[in-house]
Amino acid sequence: MFLGIANLTFLDKGPFTFSVEKGECVGITGRSGVGKTQLFRAITDLIPSKGDVRLAGISCKDFAPEKWRSRVTMVPSDSSWWYDRVGEHFLHKGQGDDLREGCALLGLDPGVLAWQVNRLSVGERQRLSLLRTLQIRPAVLLLDEPSSGLDAYHTTLLEDYVEHYRKLYMPAIVWVSHDPEQLRRVAVRKFRMEETGLFAANDDHQQGLSPGKR
Amino acid sequence: MNVISLSSFDLALAASLLLLLSLLSLLFRLGLERRILFFGCRMTAQLFFVGLILRYLFANGSLLLVSLMSLVMLFAAGREVQARQKRKIMGLSGYMISISAMCVSSFTVTILALLVIIQVKPWYTPQYAIPLLGMLLGNTMSGISLALDRMTDQLYGRRGEVEQRLLLGQTWQEATREIRSDCMRTGMMPIINSMAAAGLISLPGMMTGQILGGTPPVEAVKYQILIMFLIASGTGFGVVSAIWMSGLLLFDDRHRLRLEVLNPDRK
Repeated sequence: MFLGIANLTFLDKGPFTFSVEKGECVGITGRSGVGKTQLFRAITDLIPSKGDVRLAGISCKDFAPEKWRSRVTMVPSDSSWWYDRVGEHFLHKGQGDDLREGCALLGLDPGVLAWQVNRLSVGERQRLSLLRTLQIRPAVLLLDEPSSGLDAYHTTLLEDYVEHYRKLYMPAIVWVSHDPEQLRRVAVRKFRMEETGLFAANDDHQQGLSPGKR
Repeated sequence: MNVISLSSFDLALAASLLLLLSLLSLLFRLGLERRILFFGCRMTAQLFFVGLILRYLFANGSLLLVSLMSLVMLFAAGREVQARQKRKIMGLSGYMISISAMCVSSFTVTILALLVIIQVKPWYTPQYAIPLLGMLLGNTMSGISLALDRMTDQLYGRRGEVEQRLLLGQTWQEATREIRSDCMRTGMMPIINSMAAAGLISLPGMMTGQILGGTPPVEAVKYQILIMFLIASGTGFGVVSAIWMSGLLLFDDRHRLRLEVLNPDRK
């Protein structure tokens, strides 16, 4: 297994055990506040946790923290920007063409990199934040509701772009979404998250369950 | 030129101005008269008390007594720095940061000045050591507390940005580069301002005191320049160490931002 998580506990939640293979995309759903973001923060080692997190068999603890996070990283649902201009956040050399291509594929204005950050819409920020994370070429990509601020058209573009990255670099992807349709499109397996752990969720089960819940 | 000794009558004359002010406050119902009188009395008592201690210290200038006095001053300054924080680092470690930063800013620079620059013998001669230390503690305090306050406040307010940068594979030092240089600027602002204003806009207190005390102006100016250099460098070193130490406390060995070490109460 590529990303292996065993008995991960944090903030009185868990234990969570699951694994994701190289090039695989796994979906996670769960009600708001159940701790999906905190799960990602625990995996990226931003908050203290107990348990075992491994990348290709090597424990997180054996990585320097900044090395771990440049391999195993997340795109937060609300993006942060700290310089005045968009382009200053993208300083990895030799990726100019990739970046321009990425902007085009995600439906962003070709001149967006020269813009002031405060001119960006929520949806533009969200797509640029994904691009910014992908430029460090993570081996594990944790997406926290990556299309929550996008319309249907741009959501499709984003899903296609992540798929493009997946085919190119074969990362392990974990995708958190409240939209079962989206997870059906992008993920090969799905989990439902509860405070006590992750439970396999297949489409039939979910379709059978959701009307009853309402 | 000799120092004109102030008689009790002179002081009483100056104090009568304060009495007049409180009368005014009473007349216009400003409600300030009690505080004016109380703090006026308190200040007088404090300074007389310190004067007595200094008289004793100057007469018996042993290293032990001078060190004891310096430590009391240092702890008081550390407490003062800590008290001025909006978001304090909780517990002993926060107090230790303030005290160590004040120690760096004042003790090291004072000892250097006594040993290398002024070269008094013995180096702990209280007439030099205590006023120098007091001057440095008092003047570097505001810079250090400003820098510390800004550091914790900025890390709290910009935690999303800092964590995003950590997620892009930056170390805590890289992720806080702008914040730390901002804190450095904030901490150095008061002393840079007072260097700019010195002589032109304000006559620094120490120089004024020396001139009133009968020292020739050029001698007084030389001491004032020395003090300014010492304060500026002391503030700089103190601010750098305060920022560095608070960074080490606010981030753990896995480069996680640990805001839970901050006091949640906002004053």
